[in-house]
Amino acid sequence: MKDSLIRLHNISKSFGNTLVLDELELDIRENEFLTLLGPSGCGKTTTLRIIGGFEMPDTGQVIFDGRDITNVPANQRNLNTVFQKYALFQHMNVEENISFGLKIRGKSRNYIRDKISYALKLVNLEGYEKRKPSSLSGGQQQRIAIARAIVNEPRVLLLDEPLGALDLKLRQDMQYELMRLKEELGITFVYVTHDQEEALTMSDTVVVMNQGYIQQMGSPEDIYNEPENAFVADFIGDSNILDGIMIEDRLVEILGVRFDCVDTGFGRNRPVDVVIRPEDVVLKEPGVGNLDGEVTSVIFKGVHYEMDVMAAGYEWLVHSTFCYPVGTKVSISVIPFNIQIMNKPESEDEKAVTFDD
Amino acid sequence: MTDNRRLWSGPYIIWSAGFILLPLLMVIYYGMTNGDGSFTWDNLAAFADPIHYRAFINSVVIAFGSTLFCLLLAYPLALILGRRKGKNTDILIMIFIIPMWINFLLRILALQMILSNTGILNALLEFLGLAPVHLMYSRTAIMIGMVYDYLPFMILPIYNAIRKIDQDVIEAAGDLGADGLTILTRIILPLSVPGVISGIIMVFIPSISEFVVADILGGSKILLYGNVIDQEFNLSSNWNLGSGLSIVLMLFIFASMAIMNKTGSGEEDMVSW
Amino acid sequence: MVNIKKLSGRLYIVLILLILYAPLAILIICSFNNSKARNIWGGFTLHWYADLVHNQEVLEALRTSLLLTVSAALIAVVLGTLACVGMSVMGKKLRAVLINITNIPMLNADIVTGVAIMLLFAHFLTLGFGSMLIAHVTLGVPYVIINVMPRLRDASKGVYEAALDLGASQTYAFFKVVLPEIFPGIIAGFLFAFTVSMDDFVVTYFTKGPGINTISTMLYQQLRRGINPQMYALSTLFLISILLILGMVYRFSEINTSKREDN
Repeated sequence: MKDSLIRLHNISKSFGNTLVLDELELDIRENEFLTLLGPSGCGKTTTLRIIGGFEMPDTGQVIFDGRDITNVPANQRNLNTVFQKYALFQHMNVEENISFGLKIRGKSRNYIRDKISYALKLVNLEGYEKRKPSSLSGGQQQRIAIARAIVNEPRVLLLDEPLGALDLKLRQDMQYELMRLKEELGITFVYVTHDQEEALTMSDTVVVMNQGYIQQMGSPEDIYNEPENAFVADFIGDSNILDGIMIEDRLVEILGVRFDCVDTGFGRNRPVDVVIRPEDVVLKEPGVGNLDGEVTSVIFKGVHYEMDVMAAGYEWLVHSTFCYPVGTKVSISVIPFNIQIMNKPESEDEKAVTFDD
Repeated sequence: MTDNRRLWSGPYIIWSAGFILLPLLMVIYYGMTNGDGSFTWDNLAAFADPIHYRAFINSVVIAFGSTLFCLLLAYPLALILGRRKGKNTDILIMIFIIPMWINFLLRILALQMILSNTGILNALLEFLGLAPVHLMYSRTAIMIGMVYDYLPFMILPIYNAIRKIDQDVIEAAGDLGADGLTILTRIILPLSVPGVISGIIMVFIPSISEFVVADILGGSKILLYGNVIDQEFNLSSNWNLGSGLSIVLMLFIFASMAIMNKTGSGEEDMVSW
Repeated sequence: MVNIKKLSGRLYIVLILLILYAPLAILIICSFNNSKARNIWGGFTLHWYADLVHNQEVLEALRTSLLLTVSAALIAVVLGTLACVGMSVMGKKLRAVLINITNIPMLNADIVTGVAIMLLFAHFLTLGFGSMLIAHVTLGVPYVIINVMPRLRDASKGVYEAALDLGASQTYAFFKVVLPEIFPGIIAGFLFAFTVSMDDFVVTYFTKGPGINTISTMLYQQLRRGINPQMYALSTLFLISILLILGMVYRFSEINTSKREDN
């Protein structure tokens, strides 16, 4: 790929006996907002730390702008990190924190002063120069951590779950803030999170990881609409994942009932996984749709109602703006375009995450 | 990335090899040889000599008693201080440490002035119309001396352990209906066990090898194991026998430590201050 | 009800303080006693204090004690802190071994530690200030490690990596960022090493060379022929200076906390 800024090639990493990354291949393009998304322990943070130079891969190479930087120490890489718990220097004030990297590079006093005020303006914290980190809120500390990183003009900013410690409202505000920053700075962001909503909102590219393997890589729309396996489907938003049999092209049998679909190329009479998003399930009068059932629970979620519908022995998750009270007889229908067919998992990491509800 | 911090412990590794392990090997070498440097078990077997093992039993009894009394005195204090709200408690705790900075021989001498037959304690008892007590030159006197000397070593770790208990945990217990006594016995006491164990170790070990307190308050009537070792080195100049008896003491300490650690929480760092 | 509880708590604190400080009070009284006998009050005097200044033996022992304690605590702090940094990046097994070795001088009987170092020096080198110093450092290092290690565990990874990320060298990152964060632990470690060294008699007694005395060993020699009341004067002066220093620290920390609350 011509415009690849960072290339991870054949990266493997183990801690003790645990294999964290297995022959990982990843290309990160210039000026892209790329998010590594996955549950804890999936290897996303390790990947980021390998890019940052804090972890040495057991095998493989890290190529940065055409140069092999696998053995270049963290303090000589032209990228900066925003750490999960901010890692601000508590004994220094805001100004000293931000100027830390610039002083090491021997920048002039004027340059540093200009940079500090520019960075504080960028993160909307003008006038906070002399404050100690301990006197700032979590959100403010995170902005300082970002300011401290970007004044060094890195070509890539690595962000390790930077919003994890903030409350919901602040987290949403910071998401927009980060996207704005990304626009203004015009640099590459590599972002690590376990929050799928965060990933879908901000990213150009989402890389879904599980158990050390990349499960799927693509635009947020692709990842959401066309998950490639049960893990991705389950991890990205709520899903109904059902066992199905692909009767022939464009026809799948679920729970003993045949549904029209749009997928082809799975062969005849093959077992598959079928994904149907809860908002794609349409509830109708009994007998009208494909499957009859009964509403077993209703929760009001603000934008929509979340309902469980028992039909053909499966509890369907349904999102609808219309409320059907518990006990209502309904029927379920899905339009062919909204039925997503996936191959059965070939290995443990591709399976849906099961919780004991 | 090559991490040069690994090398930073180099000086200490060399230090601990040279000044912790090597000296112990010297003790073992001397303890297992006789005057001309040939191997022998005699110095270890000498423990069976009645003078030696009686002194040892004396030491164990006194150390055990001192540790128990230290614990009984220190726990309530640590509890009161540890549950105290307010930021100045750490300074207050310093006041309990300071006496340790005054030379302990002088403190024990002063204690002798209090305890002696014509001392202050008896003058006070007489003033109150009570019968005088004869404490000096007894096991009790030695024990009082050791309790006095080592009390801060018991207070500090227990205080720290109690201090660390989350106020939320105690409030949660109260919320679940526990009264003060239940909170103490079911929550605070179990959670302070690591501190108690540290305290016991910090008091028991110095007490068991103590010999100066016995010199002053025991009036050399009561021979402790520490006195025996001291005499072998400094009077008889029999370093081999002294080393042999030291090995026995060391084995006893490490064996009791292993037992303590089994009963305790078994953390990586045995002593938590 | 609450008041009774509070009151009995206070009473207990006072009682223990009384036990701990009564002997010190007696030392202070003795230092003003115009009689060599300890249990006879011979009137008020200051001459033990006046004589103290001219007693070369005492001054020499005091000098040795202070030099020994302060330098042992300083060396222990440097060795122990460096060891902690190394241990924090060490493999688990090696670290466990080192921690167990470190615990030996703290858990072993002082008399064995003293005898062991004495044997080493008597066998290969000579006893003197050097052997005392080494023994005291060895006693102090475990306390430094115990105090610094938890701080380092809390602080170092995040801020250390952040400093590297911003271009700092490993050494620069340590001194500029990690050291300030673990400094309270280092101070506590110093105080512990200082206290242990100050309170020690047994190890000093075994490892000292001929002709050298600390206050402790000098007093031990005086035990037989009777304690010179100048020693009471000395300890009174010492106690007063400690209380003054502590008072100052207390004032300082109060000013500091009130300052912090203003912000």
